[in-house]
Parts: sequence; C-alpha cells; structure tokens
Amino acid sequence: MARLVTDYLEATAKKYPNKPAFVDEHSVLTFCELRDSAKRIATSLIKAGLFKKPIAVALGQSVQAVVAFLGAAYAGCFYTPLDTDMPESRIRKILETLEPGAVITNTAYSEKMASAFNEQKHIWIYDDIVQQKPDEKVVDNIQKRLIDTDVLYVLFTSGSTGTPKGVIIGHRSVIDYIDWVEETFHLDSGSVLGNQAPFYFDNSVLDIYSTLKNGATTYIIPRKCFAFPIRLLEYVRDKKINTVFWVPSVLTQIANYDLLDECEIDCLHTVLFAGEVMPTRQLNMWRKRLSNALFANLYGPTEITVDCTYYVVNRALIDAEPVPIGIPCRNSDILVLNEKDELVHSDEKGELCVRGTSLAYGYYKNPEKTAEVFVQNPLNPYYPEKIYRTGDIVHYNERGELIYDGRKDFQIKHLGHRIELGEIETAAASLPPVKMACCLFDAAKDQIILCYVGDIAAKELREKLMSLVPEYMVPKRYEQLDLMPLNLNGKMDRVKLKEMLVKS
Amino acid sequence: MKKIIDILQELRPEFDFTTSEDYIEDGMLDSFDVVSLVSMMDKEYGISIKGREIVPENFSSLAKIQALVKKYGVTDEV
Repeated sequence: MARLVTDYLEATAKKYPNKPAFVDEHSVLTFCELRDSAKRIATSLIKAGLFKKPIAVALGQSVQAVVAFLGAAYAGCFYTPLDTDMPESRIRKILETLEPGAVITNTAYSEKMASAFNEQKHIWIYDDIVQQKPDEKVVDNIQKRLIDTDVLYVLFTSGSTGTPKGVIIGHRSVIDYIDWVEETFHLDSGSVLGNQAPFYFDNSVLDIYSTLKNGATTYIIPRKCFAFPIRLLEYVRDKKINTVFWVPSVLTQIANYDLLDECEIDCLHTVLFAGEVMPTRQLNMWRKRLSNALFANLYGPTEITVDCTYYVVNRALIDAEPVPIGIPCRNSDILVLNEKDELVHSDEKGELCVRGTSLAYGYYKNPEKTAEVFVQNPLNPYYPEKIYRTGDIVHYNERGELIYDGRKDFQIKHLGHRIELGEIETAAASLPPVKMACCLFDAAKDQIILCYVGDIAAKELREKLMSLVPEYMVPKRYEQLDLMPLNLNGKMDRVKLKEMLVKS
Repeated sequence: MKKIIDILQELRPEFDFTTSEDYIEDGMLDSFDVVSLVSMMDKEYGISIKGREIVPENFSSLAKIQALVKKYGVTDEV
C-alpha cells in the first residue's frame, strides 16, 4: 500500500515507463521522464539542505510544475503552487507567511518573483536545477525518513483579514482521497483526463494523483480554450479525453452557447464537477447529450482534501430542483450540526462538519484561525477528536441526500473560487480616497458589488483594485454612496444595502 | 446605443483597444472577458451571438468584432 504519493510514481514508472503522464501545449512527459526529472529537482533541494521546508512553485499550468511538486515530495519537502497571474502584493503576502526554502520558477516569472520575495538567493530557475544529476541513494535515504502524515502541500485560500490562509495537507489524506476516486469512478490506465483546474486550486489534486496512481494520462488544457468553448470541445474530441473534473461554470457556458451538438464528444464518459453550485437545467442538457456518461457532483472545501461528499446523478432531476451534494465519500464522516451543536433532525438546516483522515492539519503559521474551525467534536467529550467546521449550511432531503444551502458567513463562491468578501473590502479600504467599503454578492447575477464612500471614480477604483486582488475578486459593479448605512451596532448594514441594490 | 469600443473599455479600462493589432495574442481579453463581452453585446444590441462564432478569429480586433455583430444586423461605426 502506498505510504507516500511518490510510491504511486515509483510503481507506475515501472509498469508504464514510456506512457505519457502529463501533456501540455509545449511538451509531453512520460512516467519515466517524470520520475527522473522529479529526482533531479529533489537532489538539488536535498543538496541545498532543504528538508521538511516549504517550496513555492511558480511555473504556471505546465508539466514542469508537476515535476517540481514531485521533486519537493521526493526531497521530503512540501510545495505551494503560486498563481503567477496574481498581483505581486498577494504573492508577497503568501511568501511572507510561507518563508519558502526555495521558489522554483522560470525566466518568464522570475522578475515578478524577485520583486515579491526578498530572499533573492532562494529563487531557483527550473531549467538550471533540472540539469542536476539525480542521486537515487540520497533521495532513497530521505524517503525512508518520511511517514504518511508528513505534509505534501500547502494551498492558500482567501482570508477575511486580507491575509490568505495556507491549508496544510498530508500525503495520507491525498492517498485516502485518490483511493476513493479510483474506486468510485473506476479510473484506470485507460483514463484520459482533461485538466481545467489551476494547480493552486485543489480540484487539480484529482487530476495529478489519479494519473500517477492509475497510470492514466492528463492533458493540461491550454488556458485559451476556456475563452472559446468550441475550442475546448474540439480539444476534448481531438485528444480523446474521457474523464473531466471541471468547475460548473465551464460546463454551463458550453450548454448556454448551444455547443453540445456542435462537436463529437462521445469519448467523454465521466463528467465530474465541484467548486460551486451546478445549475440543474444545464446539467440536464449535458445528460441529454451524453446519455451514457456518468455525471457526479462533488463537494468539499480545501481543508478536507478536495471532496467529502458526492452525488452520482442517477435519476431525473427537474430543472428547479437543486443537484444534491449527496452522501459522504468513503472514510469521511459528515455531521450536520444545528446552532446548539446537536445533530439536525429531518430537514432541519445545519452546518456541515467533517471527520476523517482527510482533515488538514490547520492553517500554516496561523494557530488562531486554525482553532476557530478545526475543533473538538462536540458530540464526543471523552477523548481528543477533531472535526472541521465548513461554515456551509446544508440539510437532508427526503431521500437522505445532502443539499447545499449557502455560506454561514460572508464567504462566497464566484467563478469557482472561494472568496471572502472581507478581503475585497480590506483591499478597497486600503486605498486612501476610500472612506468606507462594503462588498456584496448578488448571487442571482453572480456579480460582486462594491459599495463605497470616498472621492474616487469607479473606473479608477477598479484599476487600483486590479493590483491588489486576483482578477476573479475584482468587483464588477460599483456604487458610490454619500453615506454608508449603519445598523444599530454601528456596523455597515449589509441587509439594507442589499435591499437597496440587489432588487433594483 | 453603446459602442463596442466603450464596452471593451469598460471591461478592461487598463488597456488601449485602439492600438492593439490582436487582442487575443496581446492577452487583453481572457476567458472571463470574452464571456462578459458576449453577454454585454447580446444585451446591449438585443442579439444572441452563436456559440460556434465565439472563436479567436472573431474577437482579435475591433474590426473583427464589428464584422461579427454586423451579421446580426448591428452597425457599429466609429
């Protein structure tokens, strides 16, 4: 049984040495090449004395990024994928928290990394370190010292104070998840995956590690295909992709543009989606087009290793009915707790909480935020047992399936990303002319609205925000107010603002 | 009626759409922008641009976008 994710690669590289593992626009990497290159990177890291240290990877959506992740794993380190399109200020914040032992990048991004990171000597160029001769013995000795609960990656998610939180995930949690994926969706060496999820988004964990475990092939779909959905379908057809794990917005767009009949995509037999709510009407259009394919709605926050519940679509759903998030994944336990921290009854709403090997160890260098959501199981006063409180409100339907209702706080899901509106407010409020800023989300229009008081034009404010937060967090609509409505506690009155703006 | 150039400018105020030869190659319109642009033009002009026409060749310049909406009977001249 696999102890570390590198055990997957060791076994598969022996079984299918010359089979393509990862393919991007520019290159094809076989399992054998992947293993060899990862060990070159690992040897470089080990020789620099890095062990159990964070390694940041800024290589975009490329096969080299996967090599770097596995290089870190072989060296007994852990990796953090950086979004290379992110504003420099956000990269800086992440690197300040992480203090990586190395930032692996290439010449395209090295300048940005150099200005976001003070430790110039820790910026490594991929093409240089991959020249290092691999030292199998050195790598083996490191591997023997590792255990399955050692950290594999730290992924950063949006934080309400404006500081992103680094979710810490161990090898064991990923192995537990990938075993479940294989068993539930029947992945094997014939699986051809089409990767959409950016590597800094944890849906990509399914693509990467299912490929390693099952000897499958992952095509990293060129970004520009997502601007032009017909190109995306042609890509699926041409590469004979049969398994995808995409965000619903991509599937919805294809359905909305009436493109399902425009392209021969019968090769697709497994369509998985997660990250936001999948609209039932568009799901039904897909099911009609691919009547023999398996469709499944997966659900889970980064803190519990990708997914903790799933629903295989196995009956007709009417357009007005929500797609259930379903039942717990194997080896995950779901507790739906009401405000008194008791299990809910019948269709009562409550907060979805998770118990399992899947739980993250917490947030990197952030014990306060960790203690808020990784808590003692309130149903067990007898011995230490952690649960993760997702902050998501759910209920059971009459079939015993879980239904997602919404966020407990102001955290929202937009374009597949988890966003704390507070982070946008903090960024807007950080600009001198802005006196007050309140961010709202119009779920019906899938639109972020920024209400603000201050002498600055919307256009200028938007431009300034572009350099502070990732593009998907930049509000679409701006409302300049003379006065911010306040509630009795003196807090910005979100309810009133929403009434004023969302209905009109 | 809003002009296409105004819609583009609204989408990405930081770029100058009058000087670029190829919006796509120059990275001025990403996947979110193309989706937003199509829906904004659909709404503004009361048309429904077909999915099969949402290809890079039709969005690379102002002239190309004007030619595309012209197919739907919309004249957008500077």
